[in-house]
Amino acid sequence: MRIKADTDVCIGAGMCVFTAGDVFDQDEDEGTVVVLLPEPPPDRHAAVRRALQVCPSGALSISEDE
Amino acid sequence: MTNAMHEPVTFPVTREHPLDPPQDFARWREDAPLRPMLFADGHVGWLATGYAVSRAVLADPRFSNDVQVTHPPIPQRIRQQTLAKFPGFFLREDPPEHTRFRRLLTGQFTVRRMRLLEPRIEKITNDRLDAMEREGAPVDLVQSFALPIPSLVICELLGVPYSDHDRFQRDSSALLNLDNSIERAREAMESLLDYVRGLVARKRDEPGDDLISGLIATGRLTDVEITGASVLMLVAGHETTANMLALGTYTLLRNPAQLAALRADPSLAESAVEELLRYLTIVHLGPVRTATEDVEIEGQTIRAGQSVTVSLSAANRDPGRFGDPDSLDITRQATGHLSFGHGIHQCLGQQLARIEMRIGYPALLARFPGLRLATPGEEVAMRSNMAIYGVHRLPVAW
Ligand code: SF4
Repeated sequence: MRIKADTDVCIGAGMCVFTAGDVFDQDEDEGTVVVLLPEPPPDRHAAVRRALQVCPSGALSISEDE
Repeated sequence: MTNAMHEPVTFPVTREHPLDPPQDFARWREDAPLRPMLFADGHVGWLATGYAVSRAVLADPRFSNDVQVTHPPIPQRIRQQTLAKFPGFFLREDPPEHTRFRRLLTGQFTVRRMRLLEPRIEKITNDRLDAMEREGAPVDLVQSFALPIPSLVICELLGVPYSDHDRFQRDSSALLNLDNSIERAREAMESLLDYVRGLVARKRDEPGDDLISGLIATGRLTDVEITGASVLMLVAGHETTANMLALGTYTLLRNPAQLAALRADPSLAESAVEELLRYLTIVHLGPVRTATEDVEIEGQTIRAGQSVTVSLSAANRDPGRFGDPDSLDITRQATGHLSFGHGIHQCLGQQLARIEMRIGYPALLARFPGLRLATPGEEVAMRSNMAIYGVHRLPVAW
């Protein structure tokens, strides 16, 4: 799994950090998403999918090529 | 195709049970989660009651949140609409204006920054509990606990002297009371703008370590805009969490099994907060969006210029999204509820609100193991006439 984040779309609501704080963080100045683990380990995949689901702006996407 | 089978409904405001949304919603949601609605000014638009369709509308950039193009869902909202037009009130603007403000503020409300505030919020919470103890039972939980905590926190964050909080607490509730005349509401708004205008001017001369000073320092907003945005945050920071804390406590006291579960295991606080947010949905009258072009949703066409009222309370009780939605279950995974909205306008202060509640409920329950309502539950007056739902007063004893 590979995570893509579009910081132009992100509105800094922090739902990704709230849901998977070990995978996502927020930029200090703009509050936009920073991906800490662009290729998260399998045990985090469920949390990442949840984060994608709750992100209000659609800034996050994943590609599943193994 | 056409909606001939659905006569336009009006937005229901009367609740049959104080903690449940009006019953019509459930029927309508099952039958047509998006249906024609008659707005207060005679406009025929739409009402969204389903979870999926509500989320779709709120996330779709083809819908505008500009206050100038949305229709008021209920008569009392006409007043609020006319007041929501001032520089810096970015909640009711569209990109790129909205983005310009939001970008300058999001950095101040990140999850990490909010966590840094935790010790401060804990201290504020404990001080309030001490004061309650000194005062002795019964106390009004709204005045002694629910309102001062978020009020102190947002004042600190914005750099507003707390000694002035009485004034905008009065103004902000006058603004949000839907029964007030438009003159009274306008007066309150002027008073708020006046006060904050003075504050911004002072901070321009003597900057502090606070959000307003920080906004001034960016050099990217005018004082008028900073004033508007600060009033928005001040009002939003006052009324929302305060009502969640009070109404949430009331709800727990009326659901003893859930209360006992949270008391026994404070680590449930995080999921309890999410569930209370979902179950109570205190933003119970809106939001409204207007299509900027024809939009096809749920097999219906929303025409350009038509408004959609999204019932967040109905969406959060959609059985298609949350199993057994009408029961309160603090152990469920309620994240994904729409109580903070969805899309680009989703609440900026949500992570702060979460922390205030995650600290507030368990601390209150731990300090007063015998906490109970001091008047019969049915006699507690609900804020049906307010833009934000809740209780007016909550007498408690222990
Ligand atoms: S949840 Fe979405 S909008 Fe919010 S910070 Fe993360 S990526 Fe950005």
